[in-house]
Amino acid sequence: MNVLRRLAPILAPLLALLIAAVVGDALILTFGQSPAAVYRLLVDGTLGNAYGIGQVIYKATTLACTGMAVALGLRAGLFNIGAEGQLAMGGFAAAVVGLLLPVGTPALLAVPVCLAGAALGGAAVGAVPGVLKARFGAHEVIVTIMLNFIVLAFLNWIVATRLHVPEQLHTPDIRAGAIGRLAGAFPAFHGSAANWTILVALAAAGFMAWHLFRTRQGYELRAVGLQPAAAESGGVHVGRVWLRTMTLAGAIAGLGGTNFVLGYKQYYEEGFAAGAGFIGIAVALVGRNHPVGVLLASLLFAVLSQGGLAVNAVVPKQMVDVLTAVVIIAVAVTVPEMQRLVRGAHGANR
Amino acid sequence: MRRLIILAAALFAIHVGLLLVRPAGAEVGATSGAVNVGVVFDLGGRGDKSFNDGAYAGAERAVRELGAHVRFVEPGEGSDREAGLRVLAAEGMDLVIGVGFIFSDDLTQLAREYPNTRFAGVDYAVPTDSKGQPLALPPNLAALKFREEEGSFLVGALAALVSRSKTLGFVGGMDFPLIHKFEAGYRAGVRAVCADCTVIAQYAGVTPEAFRNPGKGLELALSQYQSGVDVIFQASGSTGLGVFEAARRRGKLAIGVDADQYGEAPGFILTSMVKGVDAAVFRTIEQVKGGTFRGGVFQLGLAEQGVDYVYDEHNRALIPDSVRARVEALRQDVIAGRITVPSTR
Repeated sequence: MNVLRRLAPILAPLLALLIAAVVGDALILTFGQSPAAVYRLLVDGTLGNAYGIGQVIYKATTLACTGMAVALGLRAGLFNIGAEGQLAMGGFAAAVVGLLLPVGTPALLAVPVCLAGAALGGAAVGAVPGVLKARFGAHEVIVTIMLNFIVLAFLNWIVATRLHVPEQLHTPDIRAGAIGRLAGAFPAFHGSAANWTILVALAAAGFMAWHLFRTRQGYELRAVGLQPAAAESGGVHVGRVWLRTMTLAGAIAGLGGTNFVLGYKQYYEEGFAAGAGFIGIAVALVGRNHPVGVLLASLLFAVLSQGGLAVNAVVPKQMVDVLTAVVIIAVAVTVPEMQRLVRGAHGANR
Repeated sequence: MRRLIILAAALFAIHVGLLLVRPAGAEVGATSGAVNVGVVFDLGGRGDKSFNDGAYAGAERAVRELGAHVRFVEPGEGSDREAGLRVLAAEGMDLVIGVGFIFSDDLTQLAREYPNTRFAGVDYAVPTDSKGQPLALPPNLAALKFREEEGSFLVGALAALVSRSKTLGFVGGMDFPLIHKFEAGYRAGVRAVCADCTVIAQYAGVTPEAFRNPGKGLELALSQYQSGVDVIFQASGSTGLGVFEAARRRGKLAIGVDADQYGEAPGFILTSMVKGVDAAVFRTIEQVKGGTFRGGVFQLGLAEQGVDYVYDEHNRALIPDSVRARVEALRQDVIAGRITVPSTR
């Protein structure tokens, strides 16, 4: 029984994966293909060679950041659906800082400045729902969803009217602040987009773990998430915790934007990581809002995303989109945090 | 707890069972021998009734007529474009095609990395240096560009010739240089046959959203028809569906774009300015097969049949023979170089 109890935390995600696998089998069969062959193709194209692994690392980097942005919010009882906008603003801010820096700024200076810009950009977007919730009680779900539209439309407008290169929808190349590819140190990764931004994501995970479990503020955050009223009576300023959490979540999502902007293309492009913010919700849920879990879950969804390309020759790409959605739905019904969140929402409706 | 474990075990058993199923006819892997072509679509992907579907049609024709083996990839997000091209190039495809201007950077880079693979970009935007001079392309890269202004010129003349109010409308999608080409050609076409006609040109917005906003298209078109316009040329993606709806409601005429859009509002579509993406893709595959492929920038205009307007049994009733003759004469003038159509406003 002891072994079983230790198994409990991973049982829910495992169940979700199995449900997805069975649905995937059925879908593949309807396309007249053999499930084993398609799954092998998927694994070969992602983890079967260094290039595929590099692509998975690249995609996981962005997803880990948005996943943490959602997970941090959920720990404080906030459903942050705004990672999409926070990510885009972070990437855009990094590009603007990189464009403003003079050519030849040493990387040791330029990269941290660009990263700070990204974190600030994301934090600014994250802070808005934080302030509105703390000050006026506006529900963060509504505010973050709507803010996504506002932020993305604003960035599209700026890029389309002011900052694009001719006939394209991206900004000029940044002058300084580029982050090197992993291929520079490990030639096997040649061609893949994987870059050293992965270290930023790992550092963010380390910071999140430390903040949540080793600091007083993190304790307050978790207390508010479990029971805001009790935390309030315990002397915690709930509004302040909400604001702090959303700002921090926005900053982490914003850092995720540097993966494309500083590490891959060296410019901001309209829709560069469309969907990463929403997949971040799934990453947080599958990762059970724990930094380590989020990192592992981001790898899972990165494999699915890259695998979609690998199996594209035999089954439509939408099959992998459906698989991703099934994982999310399965997680939603099996993961206790999610069930608590749904109950909490009912409670708030009284 | 125990029930959950039993459930997990049951699911696992079903999964393993299904893994063993091998349907007849299942086939994985590429064929060798025939000309191998990889096509990576734009993010919009198949079903846009425009250049993605055009590229698909061209590739399918190559499958039927040339026995080509074609693989399609639909990217999901930004980095998937390069990944899709790279996977195809690494597999040893003879030709890799990127559909849409957004592939320009990725194609240039990969063409340098894989000098033995041929690449083609539909609507490829030629990069320029800081002084605005075009940069040289890798020799294994063909940029398939279209002179949309020449096709727009002909439909502009056609619109002016059938118009009674001498007021013509234009609804563009996103207000940026690619769409300005359509407007410039259209205006020039109107002016070529009718000096005292006026053109009202409006755009649905300044972001890519402007190509996906039928409501805005309806609004703009209704106000143009209200102010006396009787023919509107739309170059605005699915925003144009709103323009067609307005034409239907007001009983006026509209002109489609990219593909033959007669079916969107039968009886109210005067013609469509068609872009021969399918023919360009097919011809490129044919060249690769025949060994005559070469890189460079290819401007496909009226002379190359890269652009044209639709004239068939559906819209014949809307276009008098005299009008048709006049427009065809203009076509010959453009092809012979007697008329140069502007591509900027």
